Parts: sequence; structure tokens; C-alpha cells
Amino acid sequence: MKISARRVDTSTILDVSGNIDMSNSPEVRKALLRELRDKAVTRVALNLTGVAYIDSSGVASLVEGLKASRESGSRFVLFGLNDSAREVLKISRLLKLFEVYDNETQAIAS
Amino acid sequence: MNPIAAKQPRDMKKPSKLNRSFLLKLELRSHPTLLCVIRGALGPLMEMLGFSEEHNRAIIRSVDEAVSNIMRHSYHGRLDQPIEVYCNRLERRTNGETEEGVEILLFDCGPAVDTTKLEARPLDEIRPGGLGLHIIRGSMDTVQYKRAGRLNRLRLVKFTRLSKGDCGPTEEKSS
Repeated sequence: MKISARRVDTSTILDVSGNIDMSNSPEVRKALLRELRDKAVTRVALNLTGVAYIDSSGVASLVEGLKASRESGSRFVLFGLNDSAREVLKISRLLKLFEVYDNETQAIAS
Repeated sequence: MNPIAAKQPRDMKKPSKLNRSFLLKLELRSHPTLLCVIRGALGPLMEMLGFSEEHNRAIIRSVDEAVSNIMRHSYHGRLDQPIEVYCNRLERRTNGETEEGVEILLFDCGPAVDTTKLEARPLDEIRPGGLGLHIIRGSMDTVQYKRAGRLNRLRLVKFTRLSKGDCGPTEEKSS
């Protein structure tokens, strides 16, 4: 799994590629909290286009990001989810909780 | 002899019962980096059995969550403990229709699970963690835990492919 950050206007895009599971989800959590809590970025968009699989520990990291964004008054949005990621969020009844967009353009314009 | 084989309960030692429809056995250590290996092995197998892409993802998701739970809760993060995963082909006949499916058995040598703690947490609580069991139950047709001798055994079943067959009583059997 690889994760990198880039700035687009006032937003930070976190590009993730590979699989997110128990072995590496703490890295996702750490990256999200660094942007949302430490840097207090106004909007963080998590690009999941390159993520083939995400497990419950990855979902837990996303929930932590969402909670951090609410605490700091920033926005945390997701885009590029494949069927697998949508299914796991749906089963967990979390899909409606997140702002989910199809692509980066929509995520930034939202 | 590996640690699990040395402690096999009676039903694991009788291939005629559990292994008649034996498809695959995986033996691995409780290291999270091996989760991708399990997912990689199961995908083509479920595809070969004719599961739809959606069912295939559900099965992989469930096994991944179950093995993660073993690593986290049964072995408390120890990285060198044994886990075995068996995949068996199943067949069930209900009202003349034949359903084929897969039975996945997961064994570990951890302490007995407190079954009163096997309840999935309420999903209206928005907090990280505690989702694994809910994901497993939401993805599989059958989820059963039992203590088998000195092992924990988790049985996961998923059926697919309805086809017309002989009329007969509802039964679930190894094919």
C-alpha cells in the first residue's frame, strides 16, 4: 500500500494505492489525522481509485478521519471507490455517513 | 508435525467427513502481511466454483475479517501462531433445487472464545472498530463458531447457483 499527499488549491488529496487491511491501515489513519488534526487542512479528499480492497480496519481509519474532521470543522471526502469499498461501507451502514464522489473533479468542486 | 495438526480434534482427523469435497487447505502464521496471500488464493478458487463477482468479494471479505479477528483477538497480535483454512465444496438440495456452495473452516489454537462477546456492536454507534463480525455475518449465509477440542473453529458457508435437480428433503452435505 502506498499513500502520498498533494495540494490542489485549498484541499489536500491523499492518493492511496494497493490494499488497505490490518497490516497497513494504521498508515492511512496516521496520514488522515496528520492532515485533518495536525495541519488543520480545510478539506481532505481521499483518493481510493487505486485501492482494490479495504477491510474493517481500513474502514475504522476512515471513521477516525471523519470524526477528526468534525472536531476540527474541516471536510473529509472520499472519491474513486470501487464496488468492494462501496460494499464494505454499505454493510457497515457507513456509506451515507461519508461524502462520496465519483472522481477528483467532483470531490474538489463539492 | 505442525502445532495445529498435533492438536487436531476428531472431526479434522476424519477426511471422510470433512474432506470428501476438499478443495483447498492453507496453513499460515498469524502475520497480517499474509492476509493478502489468503485473499489472492481464494479469489480464483471462488471464481472456479462459479460464484458471481459480488459473492466472490463477499467470501474473500469474510475470510479476511475472520483471519484478522484470529490474529487480533485469539493470538493478541503474536505473529507466529498457526492458522489453518480449509475450503470444501458443498451441495444442498431444497425442494428439488440443488444449491452448490462453499464451506470454509478456520482453525486456530488460541484460548476458547467467550461466545457472549460474539455479538456485533450496534451500527448506529459511529465509532471505529468492532465491524468485522458484522461484515462477516452480512456477507455469508452461515457463520458458526465452536470449540473443537483445543481449537477454535469458525465455519463459514456461502451458497450460490440454483439448478433443478431431484426432489428430496432439504439437506446440507459434502459433495
